[in-house]
Amino acid sequence: MSLYYLQKLLYNMNRDPALQKRFANDLTLFDGYELTEEEREALTRGDIGLLYVLGVNGQILMHFAAFRGVAWKDYLEGMREGVRKYGPVRAGVYAMTSRTDEKVAGL
Amino acid sequence: MSLVFAGVCSHAPGIVARSELAEPAVREAFYANYGKMREALETARPDALVMIAAEHFANFFMNNMPCYAIGMADHYDGPIEDESWLRIKRRRYSGSADLSRRLIATVMNDVDVAYAEEWKLDHGIAVPLHFLTPRYDLKIVPVNINCQGPPLTPLKRAWAFGEALRRAADAVPERIAVVGTGGISHWPATPDSGKINETWDREFLARWKRNDKAALLSYTDEAIYRDAGQGAFEIRTFISVAAAAGGAGQVWFYAPIPVFAVGCTIGVMDVQRRAA
Repeated sequence: MSLYYLQKLLYNMNRDPALQKRFANDLTLFDGYELTEEEREALTRGDIGLLYVLGVNGQILMHFAAFRGVAWKDYLEGMREGVRKYGPVRAGVYAMTSRTDEKVAGL
Repeated sequence: MSLVFAGVCSHAPGIVARSELAEPAVREAFYANYGKMREALETARPDALVMIAAEHFANFFMNNMPCYAIGMADHYDGPIEDESWLRIKRRRYSGSADLSRRLIATVMNDVDVAYAEEWKLDHGIAVPLHFLTPRYDLKIVPVNINCQGPPLTPLKRAWAFGEALRRAADAVPERIAVVGTGGISHWPATPDSGKINETWDREFLARWKRNDKAALLSYTDEAIYRDAGQGAFEIRTFISVAAAAGGAGQVWFYAPIPVFAVGCTIGVMDVQRRAA
């Protein structure tokens, strides 16, 4: 169920600019969400790669990266780096089918 | 009045957000066909535009995920995405709670839908409207089919939903247009972004053009996921439009544009008259 709460927190943030501002310096934002230590760390570091490997839905992750100001090519490379570092995507329907050294659209 | 226009188009955020990265000739041909679709839409003189989209966690989450939801408000805000990222300014889009209420009541005779008096648009609706109603002067009715959080509604239910929507459109005095938005094969928002199964897309679009119900409904989600990626779960929107329109389709534009992450598509469908 933990991935559920991780995604729920991201979902709530993605659609609420006030929560996005709080995210920068107020981690009480996480209260009420059942998160593992790994998930908390991935969030606080803004670790796109680990969030991806943990199974966060790509649409939720893409919107999170957008408000964090992550450029598209860095977002794609962040996910590849996550798979290199932490292994294959562990849950969900956004698993990677390309190689970690492959740039499908040239980015 | 009746359904006066039916079409489908792509909605990928990169279409606007990464426009300069596409090969100019194909990008301009694609945009020109959005323009052609806008002209056809305007010629049909609709009073409202029903946007059947596959939203991306702008409103609904797995705590309470509707298979089908219809907006029922006088206005909608969006897009939720960062403005500088999507390159579409946040704004207020006009709707009609009254029209939505009447459409929903009729749809409910056949398909259970959720309604939402609050709704935030995301790229799934904002990108098509950026091209189709650039003056934002047409009332919209946002519709969502859950294509993100499995279990997903079966394709045959997406067909039934389209038929129900058609009955609802025919039962109101307003002139109604419907546009389905989504991808066919694609692997969006992943490192696979840009992968496109053109053969699969062309076969799907051939079935859609024929409005071949049996062929359109013969896909399984397992095969879709394997052959066309999680983005292709959004064919539900195209299927609903086919059921609503009932006629033959024309694909005005199809081209894989990898940096836009999808086989970019513009299509319209004849609205077949129904017996009274």
